[in-house]
Amino acid sequence: MEALRTGALARFQDAFVHTLMDPGALPDASVAALVAQPAFDVYRNTVMKGCIDALQANYPAVARLVGDEWFRAAAAIYVRESLPADPTLLRYGASFTDFLARFAPAAELPYLPGVARLDRSWTEAHTAPDETAIGPADIARLAPAALARAVLHPHAAARWAWFEDAPIYTIWSRNRAAAVPAPGIDWRAEGALLVRPRDAVEWIALDAAGAAFLDACAAGMPAPRAASAALEARDDADLTQLMCTLLAAGAFGRMSFIDDPISREENR
Amino acid sequence: MTTVLTAGLGLKPQHYDAALACPAEGLWFEVHPENYMVAGGPRLAWLEAIRERHPVSLHGVALSLAADAEPDPGHLARLGELARRIEPELVSEHLAWSTWRGTYFPDLLPFPRSAAALKRIADNISRTQDILRRPIAVENPSHYLKIDGHAWDEIEFLAELARRTGCGLLLDVNNVFVSARNLGYSAEDYVDRFPGPLVTEIHLAGHSRDSNLGDTLLVDSHDAPVAPEVWALYERLIRRTGPRPTLIERDDKLPDFATLLAERGRADVLLRAPLAKAA
Repeated sequence: MEALRTGALARFQDAFVHTLMDPGALPDASVAALVAQPAFDVYRNTVMKGCIDALQANYPAVARLVGDEWFRAAAAIYVRESLPADPTLLRYGASFTDFLARFAPAAELPYLPGVARLDRSWTEAHTAPDETAIGPADIARLAPAALARAVLHPHAAARWAWFEDAPIYTIWSRNRAAAVPAPGIDWRAEGALLVRPRDAVEWIALDAAGAAFLDACAAGMPAPRAASAALEARDDADLTQLMCTLLAAGAFGRMSFIDDPISREENR
Repeated sequence: MTTVLTAGLGLKPQHYDAALACPAEGLWFEVHPENYMVAGGPRLAWLEAIRERHPVSLHGVALSLAADAEPDPGHLARLGELARRIEPELVSEHLAWSTWRGTYFPDLLPFPRSAAALKRIADNISRTQDILRRPIAVENPSHYLKIDGHAWDEIEFLAELARRTGCGLLLDVNNVFVSARNLGYSAEDYVDRFPGPLVTEIHLAGHSRDSNLGDTLLVDSHDAPVAPEVWALYERLIRRTGPRPTLIERDDKLPDFATLLAERGRADVLLRAPLAKAA
């Protein structure tokens, strides 16, 4: 429970932050003499710059796509409506993807929210808990009956997405690190998988089957049901190849086994 | 505490590899704990690797000791967890506020030094020290605004906090210079009056003029080498107090590691010189 704070210091702090973020507001008497000094802008500038810098660091592919000036102007609007709650600014901007999706000036860049989502996925993968990834050998050891009951839990750092409308993975991966010279882009649906099996975040393209497989695994479904989900998403999916790709990437962190797949099935 | 710290450097991610490999004697590093409050991943691994080779100091910017509220329990718990993991040689925070009613303002905000503020901040320092089970040091911030209605002089306020809580003081000499210039008082006088025995750490950094405000204000921007006037104040200080762990801070317009190491070397030489060994 937050104690009720009504003392002079609390009133000063309420008034200070109000006028800090709303330069047009008439300042409360407790801070009027401060706001009248040009130096008050040092605080306004520092707070705004700190937030915008953090957002730019957290969304580098978006920033590269739209350029510095556009990004920082959009970020300034975002900052005014969503100041950080968490002083770990590495996590700042969780709602920036949603902001871009409804930000009118971004309407002609419909791929921008998808790119932002992958930038955010990178941050989440980068800071996720450490976990040892399951390797192909762990699966190879399983008897077929055990595999039928196995639930492959996505690795703590794994993040994936399927984008129906645009080649977001290609756009994002070309703009995330050093700008890659871009030949033409084949405009098609694409998916992405970001992983951090060791220290560094890595990424690979993911097809619809792979995304459906990981969704099913994350929902706690055993491997055969996840395989069915993959085939539903893409009926020509090569499941063996898919498993090899996901295991090699380090997409799974641990396995559990459901007791009896048939009764579990009936209980659903 | 057996380690004797001389001169250290603020650690930036761009310099991890060079910092880890650096053999400079007595070198230590300071980080903002907020940048390492993560569940896992390479950041924590880097910091732990650095800690195995060099002493580390945690210099917080977000406890918001001067807010009229208790420190956020979640933030304090994360700080405690990081301190257990890293076992820092030093822990410090600022005489300022930055979090208010659940929002974080990335700056060190001013307040009127009243009796009520003194009590609140002393309580907040004590609460922090209880969680960390060690004393922290509290730093004098940079000032830009003339605030009427301070009931306490800043040095007396800091000394009283130390008396009430047992905390140490972190004297940022650049902040003294910047504040003295902005508010129109003598930096030499401030440094001379500062209670030497309470100083557990010293900060040195660069500042700049704020071009948006007609170059009349100095801003504690940490984007330049330490200014000659600040070096002079520093020598004046340690001649009186004797050597204290001294950190070169640099957060913006980062030069390469070797350049920062050379700047740190200047402080290291001063700390090892006979003039600083008087106390």
